[in-house]
Amino acid sequence: MSQVIQLKSELEQRINAANDLDSLEKIRVDALGKKGAITALMQNLGAMQPEERKAFGAQVNELKDNVTRLLEDRFKTLKAGAITARLKAEQQDMTLPVTPQAKGKIHPISQTVDEMIAIFADMGFTVAEGPDIEDDFHNFTALNFPEAHPARAMHDTFYLPDATEGKDKKRLLRTHTSPVQIRTMMSQKPPIRIIIPGRTYRSDYDMTHTPMFHQLEGLVIDKSTHMGHLKGCLIDFCKTFFGVNELPTRFRPSFFPFTEPSAEMDIGCDRSGGGLKIGAGKDWLEILGCGMVHPNVLKNCGIDPDVYQGFAFGMGIERVAMLKYGIPDLRTFFEGDTRWLDHYGFDALERPNLATGL
Amino acid sequence: MKFTLSWLKDHLDTKASLNDIVLALTAIGLEVENVEDRGAMYAPFKTAKVVSAEKHPNADRLKVLMVDTDGSGKLTQVVCGAPNARAGMTGVFAPEGSYIPGLDTVLKKGVIRSVESCGMMVSEREMKLSDEHTGIIDLPDSTPVGVPMAQLFGLDDPVIEINLTPNRADCAGIRGIARDLAAKGLGTLKPLDATAVPAKFDTPIKVKIDCPEACPQFLGRLIKGVKNGPSPEWLQKRLKAIGLRPISTLVDITNYFTISLNRPLHVFDADKLKGNIVVRKAKDGESLDALNDKTYTLDASMTAVCDDSGVLGLGGIIGGNSTGCSDATQNVYIECAYFSPLHTALTGRKLQIHSDARYRFERGIDPAFLADGMELATKMVQELCGGEAGSVVNAGAEAAWKRTVAFDPARTEKLAGIHLSHQEQHHVLVTLGFTCDSHVIPWKVVPPSWRPDIEGSADLVEEITRIHGFDSIQPVSVTRDGTLTGVLSGDLKRRQDTRRVLAARGLKEAVTWSFMQSGQALPFESVAMNDNKRTELTLTNPISSEMDRMRPSILPNLLQAAQRNADKGFANAALFEIGPVFNGTSPDEQFFMAAGIRHLAMGDKHWSGAEASRAVSAYDAKADALAALEACGMPASKVQITNDAPAYYHPGRSATLRQGPVVLGWFGELHPSALEALDVKGPACGFEVFLARVPAPKKTGTAKPLLKPSPFQPVSRDFAFIVDAGVNADTIMKAASAAAKDLIERVDVFDVYAGKGIEAGKKSVAIAVILQPRDKTLTDAEIDGIGQSIVKAVGDKTGATLRA
Repeated sequence: MSQVIQLKSELEQRINAANDLDSLEKIRVDALGKKGAITALMQNLGAMQPEERKAFGAQVNELKDNVTRLLEDRFKTLKAGAITARLKAEQQDMTLPVTPQAKGKIHPISQTVDEMIAIFADMGFTVAEGPDIEDDFHNFTALNFPEAHPARAMHDTFYLPDATEGKDKKRLLRTHTSPVQIRTMMSQKPPIRIIIPGRTYRSDYDMTHTPMFHQLEGLVIDKSTHMGHLKGCLIDFCKTFFGVNELPTRFRPSFFPFTEPSAEMDIGCDRSGGGLKIGAGKDWLEILGCGMVHPNVLKNCGIDPDVYQGFAFGMGIERVAMLKYGIPDLRTFFEGDTRWLDHYGFDALERPNLATGL
Repeated sequence: MKFTLSWLKDHLDTKASLNDIVLALTAIGLEVENVEDRGAMYAPFKTAKVVSAEKHPNADRLKVLMVDTDGSGKLTQVVCGAPNARAGMTGVFAPEGSYIPGLDTVLKKGVIRSVESCGMMVSEREMKLSDEHTGIIDLPDSTPVGVPMAQLFGLDDPVIEINLTPNRADCAGIRGIARDLAAKGLGTLKPLDATAVPAKFDTPIKVKIDCPEACPQFLGRLIKGVKNGPSPEWLQKRLKAIGLRPISTLVDITNYFTISLNRPLHVFDADKLKGNIVVRKAKDGESLDALNDKTYTLDASMTAVCDDSGVLGLGGIIGGNSTGCSDATQNVYIECAYFSPLHTALTGRKLQIHSDARYRFERGIDPAFLADGMELATKMVQELCGGEAGSVVNAGAEAAWKRTVAFDPARTEKLAGIHLSHQEQHHVLVTLGFTCDSHVIPWKVVPPSWRPDIEGSADLVEEITRIHGFDSIQPVSVTRDGTLTGVLSGDLKRRQDTRRVLAARGLKEAVTWSFMQSGQALPFESVAMNDNKRTELTLTNPISSEMDRMRPSILPNLLQAAQRNADKGFANAALFEIGPVFNGTSPDEQFFMAAGIRHLAMGDKHWSGAEASRAVSAYDAKADALAALEACGMPASKVQITNDAPAYYHPGRSATLRQGPVVLGWFGELHPSALEALDVKGPACGFEVFLARVPAPKKTGTAKPLLKPSPFQPVSRDFAFIVDAGVNADTIMKAASAAAKDLIERVDVFDVYAGKGIEAGKKSVAIAVILQPRDKTLTDAEIDGIGQSIVKAVGDKTGATLRA
């Protein structure tokens, strides 16, 4: 009997003294393992008389339960301690800066073009494109620029050496995206409803001009599109693009060789604060040129101007991007300065979408 | 085109305010660029009399003036430092709160050394009249008090500047502008009195035209006994107000006619003329000492006005010094001619002469206004210079201008979307000077002689709607019918997708010039070029030699941009561009490429380890290039890699990406010599991808193929092979894959090693093969069998042995 009591106190002592899981496990084996002390006591039971066995057995079972419980409690304590200790040892400085991940950017010109495409696509326009190196026919003649007319001098044209053969020998860098109108009308039957984004070139380099810039051109040809549609289309575009519902707009008569009547469109702005705010205000800001496609242009493309008519418009992409995003200097668009790209560029995932707003 | 309000009112009888006129001008297509309303600027300043001038009690150089500003006798106290300030003088007073233009400041009440000063007496400099600042303005004693300064100095005539579009030749004269405004309803056009001045004698200098196509008509007239000299003040003021320098009465008259009536004239000193006038083509090599003091060498395409001595002037462009009028001129010969727009433009452009005459003749002046113009000019010469007029010599005939446009008034509504009555349309046309037979439709409309720009019915619709006002056209929204499909061509969609993918990979999108320096372009030609081809792509009029050649590759511009960033202290640029490159000038030789570069290192040094700041490598460029191709629908696993990139790449660290014979692009480290030629410090890697060359997907529709995931676990087995150092990993991987095509899902290379423990000239390549059982779990024996066939296949293909 005293054997059990002694063992109990001995094990209790050892369990309480165990400082780590390994020593605890050793105690468990010593007590409850195959050759453990309690196991040994249990084995003795068989040799005892039934009376004695009953009493002793109860004592040993109690001892076994006690010790098992003590072991479990101690195990929990030690395990918790061990985890705490491990975690303590694993402590790191969470203020250390993370590994930088290079941030890519979308150039404002691309973003602006994508925005414009989203708006015009919703009006049923598709996108057309054409070559940067053009010939005199597509860039001027077909667009009703008479030879030597001062209208040609409005475009400071970059020339390339004349081609050795072909009917349109004079090579140049397109001064506007309008030659794509010609290419489209010559290859496609009306109805036509296209926009044309692209690079354009003029020999001019100062504060407000760069030798390369981008335009977005639009062309609608069918049997019934008139100036009311021209106004509606462009007013809707400007309101959506600038995100200003109450945007004052104004159409002024103007002149382009390839449209008749021709107009320039102004939008309202406010310069009173020193900066420029698009929307209601005292000032007007010229935003684009437009007009009804000139009958001569239709004729030049083999389209009967007595049957078909429509409008065309064109705007500078950098210009509207500068206005919309407050970019002060045109020349910086083409420098590839990473600080500029980081600052004025757009996140790759920011894909323009009419539903999420532009 | 600049003019003053009073000058406009010479032609337009109107009660409209300046503001109404300005708004109307813009509304009818004569866009007002600027209005310099000096009257408004000077409105606060009026003449005032200094009644007393006492010494300032606390300052030796200052005086305290009592000023009568309005004649009421009520005096204003002003502290003044001008030495000429004195009692009794009349000057100009600026009240408190007025804006002083010369000081660019608003005047405030001040206390100067304890004496209150309410306004100031101003100097000419303070009023921005001149640089004079030695004293305040000192006017004659007779000047009344309270007269607005603008009126006194003749500054009350606002100057209006319009942006004249090249089609509106007629509005290069103030009368044309007045006519447009009258049509708009802002007044009536005043009549011109062009009554003929009777000839007192027969003009002896005759005219002969040898080139009627360039000069259809030429009128000449001699006026004897004139007195030249400075023109009257009113004329000088007008010319100065619009930025013209007065020269002498005769010359000022020609300028006056140019601006006022769009009728350029030329005046010869008749005594300097030798014989008769001949208008002919110049002879090659003839020269002209022109009125702008430049000498021009002429050729046979140019229209010359000549006498027996040779060329006197270039018709429609500029006169010559030899026969110019001076103060000594006593007999003047007036030229009033019509020169053709085309010839004028070509000559003007060839000689780069920009004159007021060229500007007008090349746009087309009124061919029916020669005789009247001559009479009006004669009258003005006689009024200002006296003299007796001879007969008008007429050579040639009025250039043809009459044409009839058939016009259906319904066209206005069809084209402009605005309904206007026949009556209103007719009225606009008639007030603009058109004759309009409206008895039957189509109307027979004859444009006036001064409107060479009117060609057809669309022009008439513009005339009617612009005068009526574009504002009244109701906007109609443009809406699409049907679904939103096919907005972007496949190529454009690829460019858009690729752009987003590359930006997501950490590259910043740049947009650089389509041109570059021709010398620097040479090493970056990826296709064989000869000098002819290079010349074809070189601008004949570049803006600078750094931008004279259409680029054969995007890389040089990006590399130079990266170097510029590094030079500014922002190293490690990673840039891309999707834009055109040029192998020739025909449309099919210009195509879009996606190109990108990574310069120097992947990033700055970082506590997390060396990977963050390691040098860029060809494999970074490879990853970028493959990502671009995948964005275009080309699975990276289908791309073949061959070792034949263009010479501007590192020969051992670059490759061509292809699909069979089709080159999809290149990637690699840049060749050190190529970098050096661009003044770029390496290392740098880059890629170029031909987006349009990726084959279009065959499938149509939106459904994706059904996913069939295998229910069985994949198994991975590793193999380490010893191969010759020259064996490509690709060959090993492909051989391994082919060993059990249906079961091998993927082969990865997880180690490449050469050095200690490996025989020289050999390397160890370790691959992991992932097997994906399809219809049952693989047994160990089956897996071993596959392993053996992989080892055999790789061995057969490359001579590899398993690493011991």
